[in-house]
Amino acid sequence: MADLTTTFIGIKSPNPFWLASAPPTDKEYNVRRAFEAGWGGVVWKTLGEPGPPIVNVNGPRYGAIWGADRRLLGLNNIELITDRPLEVNLREIKSVKRDYPDRAMVVSIMVPCEEQAWKTILPLVEETGADGVELNFGCPHGMAERGMGSAVGQVPEYIEMVTRWCKQYSRMPVIVKLTPNITDIRQPAAAAMRGGADAVSLINTINSITSVNLDLFSPEPMIDGVGAHGGYCGPAVKPIALNMVAEIKRNPETADLPVSGIGGVTTWRDAAEFLALGAGNVQVCTAAMTYGFKIVQEMISGLGQWMDEKGHPSVASVVGRAVPNCRDWQDLNLNYVTKAKIDQDLCIKCGRCFAACEDTSHQAIFDTIDGARGFLVNDAECVACNLCVNVCPVENCITMEQLAIGSVDPRTGETVREYANWQTHPNNPAAKAAE
Amino acid sequence: MPSDPFTPGLVAGRLPLGEIAANFADLHKPLDDHEALVAADRCYFCHDAPCITACPTSIDIPMFIRQIATGTPEASARTIFAQNILGGMCARVCPTETLCEQACVREEAEGKPVLIGQLQRYATDRLMARGGHPFQRAADSGKTVAVVGAGPAGLACAHRLAMKGHCVVIYDARPKGGGLNEYGIAAYKATDGFAQAELDWLLGIGGIEVRYGQRLGDGLTLESLQADHDAVFLGIGLAGVNALTISGNDRAGVSNAVDMIAALRQSDDMTDIAVGRDVVVIGGGMTAIDAAVQSRLLGAANVVIAYRRSKAEMAASGFEQDLATSKGVRILYNVAPKAITPNGIRLVRTENRAGKLVETGAEFELPADQVLRAIGQTLAGAPEALVLEGGKIRIDANGRSSVKGVWAGGDCALGGEDLTVTAVAHGRDAAEDIHASLQRARHV
Repeated sequence: MADLTTTFIGIKSPNPFWLASAPPTDKEYNVRRAFEAGWGGVVWKTLGEPGPPIVNVNGPRYGAIWGADRRLLGLNNIELITDRPLEVNLREIKSVKRDYPDRAMVVSIMVPCEEQAWKTILPLVEETGADGVELNFGCPHGMAERGMGSAVGQVPEYIEMVTRWCKQYSRMPVIVKLTPNITDIRQPAAAAMRGGADAVSLINTINSITSVNLDLFSPEPMIDGVGAHGGYCGPAVKPIALNMVAEIKRNPETADLPVSGIGGVTTWRDAAEFLALGAGNVQVCTAAMTYGFKIVQEMISGLGQWMDEKGHPSVASVVGRAVPNCRDWQDLNLNYVTKAKIDQDLCIKCGRCFAACEDTSHQAIFDTIDGARGFLVNDAECVACNLCVNVCPVENCITMEQLAIGSVDPRTGETVREYANWQTHPNNPAAKAAE
Repeated sequence: MPSDPFTPGLVAGRLPLGEIAANFADLHKPLDDHEALVAADRCYFCHDAPCITACPTSIDIPMFIRQIATGTPEASARTIFAQNILGGMCARVCPTETLCEQACVREEAEGKPVLIGQLQRYATDRLMARGGHPFQRAADSGKTVAVVGAGPAGLACAHRLAMKGHCVVIYDARPKGGGLNEYGIAAYKATDGFAQAELDWLLGIGGIEVRYGQRLGDGLTLESLQADHDAVFLGIGLAGVNALTISGNDRAGVSNAVDMIAALRQSDDMTDIAVGRDVVVIGGGMTAIDAAVQSRLLGAANVVIAYRRSKAEMAASGFEQDLATSKGVRILYNVAPKAITPNGIRLVRTENRAGKLVETGAEFELPADQVLRAIGQTLAGAPEALVLEGGKIRIDANGRSSVKGVWAGGDCALGGEDLTVTAVAHGRDAAEDIHASLQRARHV
C-alpha cells in the first residue's frame, strides 16, 4: 500500500490527516480518542494568555445549512478560543504528546499583538514537547473584536511582525493560520513568509450568517433574540479554500511556502484535491464534528487505494501535481471546442437539461426526438457551457465531447484550429500579434 | 365458544377486536414531517413532468412537492386542490403505481419513484387539519345546477360550479354522500371516516345543498331536474352488478363483493361482520382485491381470488396483487367458475388460444363457504332519453350527453375508468363547460 506518512515542515505524522484547531482538539480526552481512531496529528485548540480564561456564550454556538436528508453542508460557529485555564491545557498537551510520540502535536496560540505576550507563552508551549505552533490569525468572531484572530490576519504588517517574534522566541516550527476574510490571500501569505513562517495553514472560517429566524428576525445562531456573525466551515467552503491554496502555490513569491490545507475536507477525495493543489497535509474539523473521529479510517483507506491505483508511491509525490494546471483565464485555449452529448440509454427524461438550457442559457436542447419526449443537444446552438451536465441528476449521462482539430463547429461554421487564447484573439483590443 | 379463523361456515368475530382494528389500520402510515422532506427532496422538478401528464387531473406534482420541500405544505395542498378537490382521497386510493409514480423518472432511473401519493396525502392532510376552506366562491350567478350523485364526479363538479358562483343541488340515492369513496373502497384505505370528513370540508365552499335519499327514476326524473335547474350533471356511477350465471349462484354464502365492501365501511364494529373460513372471490379488479384482502383481515383462513385471465391481464395493478398475496390471499389465474357446489366452487382452467380465452376442460373444486362475486358493475337507472355507448352514457370531450343541458361523468359515462381520479377530472371539466355555457346563455 502507498506510503501515507508525511513530514510537514519537519513534523512527522503517520498520515496527512490532522484535526484542526477547534472544539475536537480542546482537551486530552478528545485528542487521545482521536489518536486512537487513527488521526495523524492534531492542532490543539487555540490557547490564550495566562490568567482568567475567556468565556463562551451559554446559548447556541453553531448554526448550519443542510442538504437533502439534513446532510450538514455548512456549519457556522461563534465559539471563541479555549475557555479552559492555560495550565490545564499545557499539562494535557504534554501528557498526550508523551504517550503518542509518533503523532503530530501542534499547538494553536492567540495572544494580543504585544511582543511580551508572545514571548511569555511560547516557552510554556515549547516545554510541553509539542512539535510546533500555529498562530491563529484567522478566527473571525469575538476575538477579532479584541484585536486578535482575523484582526491580525487582515493586516499583513501585523502578520509579519508577530511571526517574526515567534521565530525569534521559539525554536519550534511556526505555522501561520490565515483568514479568508480578505481580498487577496497572497498578501497575508507573503507577509507570513517574510516574517519567517515555516508554513501557512488555510482557510480559517469565513464570516457568515447561516440563516435568519423569520419569526424573531434574528440571525442564527440566536442568543437571546439577537445574533453575531460567525465563522463558516464545512463542505460548502471547500471550493473557496481550494482556490486560496492554489493562489498561494501559483504565486512565485510563495510557491515554496508549505501549506496545510483546511476547509471542508470531508472525504479522502477532498484531501487528495488539497494535496494536488500543493497542500502538504490537510486539517479536518467539521467532518469529525459531524460524524465522529472514525471517519479518518475512510480517509486513510480511500487515499491509499487511490494512490495505489494511480501509482503514486507517497503523499509527497502527489503534492502540487495540479498546480501547474491552475492558470489565468487568458491562457485558456479558445479553440478547445466541445459539445454536450446526452447518452440516450442513460437519460431518464427528466428534462432538467432542457429547462436549464431553454430558460437560462442557449436554447441548445431539443425536447422531442422523432416526436416523442426525449432530449437531444442541438450542436448548432451548443456553446458547451456545461450547465446541462451540472443539472443532470444522472452521473455521466451528459458528457462534453471535444471536436477534433480540423472539424467544423456547427455553431460557428468555423474550422477548429490549434491552440489559441484571448491574448492573441482578434477581438481583444490589447491582443499581441502571434509570434 | 368464540369463533376463530378455522371455524367452519360464515361466522363473525373470527379475530378479537384489537387484531381487527390493527388489520384495518391505514395501509400507508402517514409521512411525518421529516419523512416528507426526505421524500420531497427526491423529486427532480422535471421539465414538462411525465407525472403531470400521467395524472388524470393534471396536478402540478413537481410544484406541490417543491412546496413541501420548502416547508409550505399548505401552499402545496392548494396547488393540489386547484386541480383536484378530492386530492385527499385520491392520495389514499389512486393506483399511483400505474399513474404518476409509474411515470416518475425516478421509476425509470432506479425503480423507486418519488412517493407522490404519500406526499400528496401529507400536504392535503396538513391543509385540511387547519380547518376552513381554501377557496372562495365567486359572486352568486343566479344560476342553479342539479348534480345527481354525490360521488367523486358529482362532488368535483358541484365544487367547481359553486366556486364559479352557481347554486348547486346534489341529489344522492344513499343516506350518505361520497359515493364509492364512502361505500366502495377498502376500509384500510380511507380510515377514520375520511370520506365524510372530506365531504364536509368540500362543502365548506358554500352554495351546495345535498339532498339524500333521492334516487333518479324513483320520483326524481331528468325532466323535472331540467325544469328546476339551468343545467344537470349526472354522476350516478354503476349501481348494477354483473350477474353470475352458474348453478348454485343462489346458495347461501354467495353475495356481491361490493355489498361486503360497503358493509365493512359502514360498520362500527367489524367483529360483527360474518366471513367464511374458505372464501373464494371471483374477479380480477380492485373490487376483487379489496374483498379478498378484507376477508383475510377479518380472519378468514383461506382466501382465493379466482380470475379467468392471466396475471398480466388483471385489472388490479401489480402493487395490488402483491398487497393481496402479502396478506395471505392466493391468486389463481386462468380459472373460470363453473358451478357453486354445496360446500365449494367448481372451477375450470382456461387458456388463451390465438387471442381467445377458452376453457381447457380441466376442472377442480375448491372448498368455499363464502363466494364473493366481483365481476364488474353496470350502469343502472340511467334516464332513457340518453344515448348509451358500450353500456355507458355517451359524452363528448366536454362531458355533454346526447341531451342538451345534461352533462355526465365518472364511472357512468363513457371514458370513466373506475378510478376516483378520473371521475374527479370528468366532474371538474364538465363543470367548466357548464359554467361556460351558462355564461354564454347570460350574454345571449
